[in-house]
Amino acid sequence: MIAAIFFYVFAAILLGSAAAVVTARNPVHSVLFLILAFFNASALFLIAGAEFLAMILVIVYVGAVAVLFLFVVMMLDINFEQLRSGFQRYLPVGLAVVAVLVVELATVLAGWKFAPQAAAVRFLPEAASIPNTAQLGQVLYTDFVFLFQAAGLILLVAMIGAIVLTLRPHNRARRQNIAEQIARDPAEALALMDIPSRTGVAALGIRRPLEKGAAPGPAEETHAGGHP
Amino acid sequence: MLDLIKWFFATPIGYLVLVLLESLAILVPLLIGVAMLTYVERKVLAAIQLRKGPNVVGPFGLLQPFADAIKMMMKEVVIPTGANRFLFLLAPLLTFTLAMMAWAVMPVGAGWVVADINVGLLYLFAISSLGVYGIVIAGWSSNSKYPLLGALRSAAQMVSYEVSMGFVLVCVLLCVGSLNLSDIVRAQEHLWFFIPLLPMFVVFVISALAETNRAPFDLPEGESEIVAGFMVEYSSMPFGLFFLGEYANMFLMSGLITTLFLGGWLGPFGLWPALGPLWFFLKLCLCLFWFLWARATFPRFRYDQLMRLGWKVFLPLSLVWLVVTATALMVFGWLPNA
Repeated sequence: MIAAIFFYVFAAILLGSAAAVVTARNPVHSVLFLILAFFNASALFLIAGAEFLAMILVIVYVGAVAVLFLFVVMMLDINFEQLRSGFQRYLPVGLAVVAVLVVELATVLAGWKFAPQAAAVRFLPEAASIPNTAQLGQVLYTDFVFLFQAAGLILLVAMIGAIVLTLRPHNRARRQNIAEQIARDPAEALALMDIPSRTGVAALGIRRPLEKGAAPGPAEETHAGGHP
Repeated sequence: MLDLIKWFFATPIGYLVLVLLESLAILVPLLIGVAMLTYVERKVLAAIQLRKGPNVVGPFGLLQPFADAIKMMMKEVVIPTGANRFLFLLAPLLTFTLAMMAWAVMPVGAGWVVADINVGLLYLFAISSLGVYGIVIAGWSSNSKYPLLGALRSAAQMVSYEVSMGFVLVCVLLCVGSLNLSDIVRAQEHLWFFIPLLPMFVVFVISALAETNRAPFDLPEGESEIVAGFMVEYSSMPFGLFFLGEYANMFLMSGLITTLFLGGWLGPFGLWPALGPLWFFLKLCLCLFWFLWARATFPRFRYDQLMRLGWKVFLPLSLVWLVVTATALMVFGWLPNA
């Protein structure tokens, strides 16, 4: 009874926020509604007793993916007028995509049936006593290990693709080599000099600013360290 | 009378009341702790810098946090022009609420936990990964440049350090075989995990600093560069909530370190098991002191150094150590539930 009430509450908020994702004027609001939708989906998982999936949904989608969405959307300089003006033009394309999706979903749902083993597994007495994190692990790393690895490989390929696409040769970027920095010796980095009074460093042959291309003359010799 | 009370707590409404009472029993000490932490921080920093610290309001300046709170409440709430009002006020609430929510699963003593759920560790990880939203929303809704810069820094920083923190949690999980926090503490009865998992303990403790935006990783609010980062436009109680949220997050991370690595409510060498919650509190204080000590000792990281540490040092290290842990458990047959 209570579970049913909560199911309808969460489901209603989920659908409402999903609709708001598409209709919100401000893209940042869209992303925030998307996050609300993720949360309610996770609550529905919890009601269904799938606590592992619920938590993973929050960690992966809300904690990582949506943060990056928000990050990108906040940085975009969006022209709202331009966005809205294309509505009429893109409507037929959008409707076509929707129609294809609806037909696909319908065919899948019409031909849907549970695997014969599923019902048997579902009512096994030990199924209730094992937490569903362990249950998922037992299936994922035994029966479906190849599919699981294949999914991992696909993600790896996608990741490498993204890196290759965005990699720029950056010879000009200044890099910090921490080991080199720490290994520096004060003797080669510092030079203590006695500057003659009233003449300044010019008397030692050092002129500031240095002329273009000119290496600091006598100062170079003192790099070996110590007092001259 | 006793039977009546027992009967009442068995009914659905009674259960709700019981949960509310339990929540209050953990939130009230937490809030007092947060208030006192602001005082302790100033005292510790003062001691490290050979000063006296707050010593005027109340005995030893003990009432200073309350004076500060009253001052903060008396101030005017200023909302910048062009700011998104709703999100601007939502952001500090979010930060504060999330920091409080996480304590629902924290085992303070043997059986002293509000919700003893079997995905407690994942729940904590989920909640702590949500903390970035308060900051990002604050930065965006302020309609000002410094907050936005602070928010961007914070988003990048928290997402980066979460990755290696996740691997540390997996290491602990491998050694315990359960995501339940009480089980994790019970698994440390003979050996606290900071000894066998020492490198991961170090990674986690440093990542905790980065995750809570504390010095030396306090770039999101680096005052010498971007004024106060995402908090620039906040005043009065919204600012106060951010402030409390930051300190509550320190409590949360300390609680997590205590539970995962320092044996939670267990006494050292099994001493005085009856003092469980007290042991927990002492270890919590130790971790909190580390936060303050780090702040007083280290200068702020530069942004590229921060990213380098997260992605090029901690991530490979925690990945390798994860493989090492798994291999060791497998080879020596120490796997739990095997």
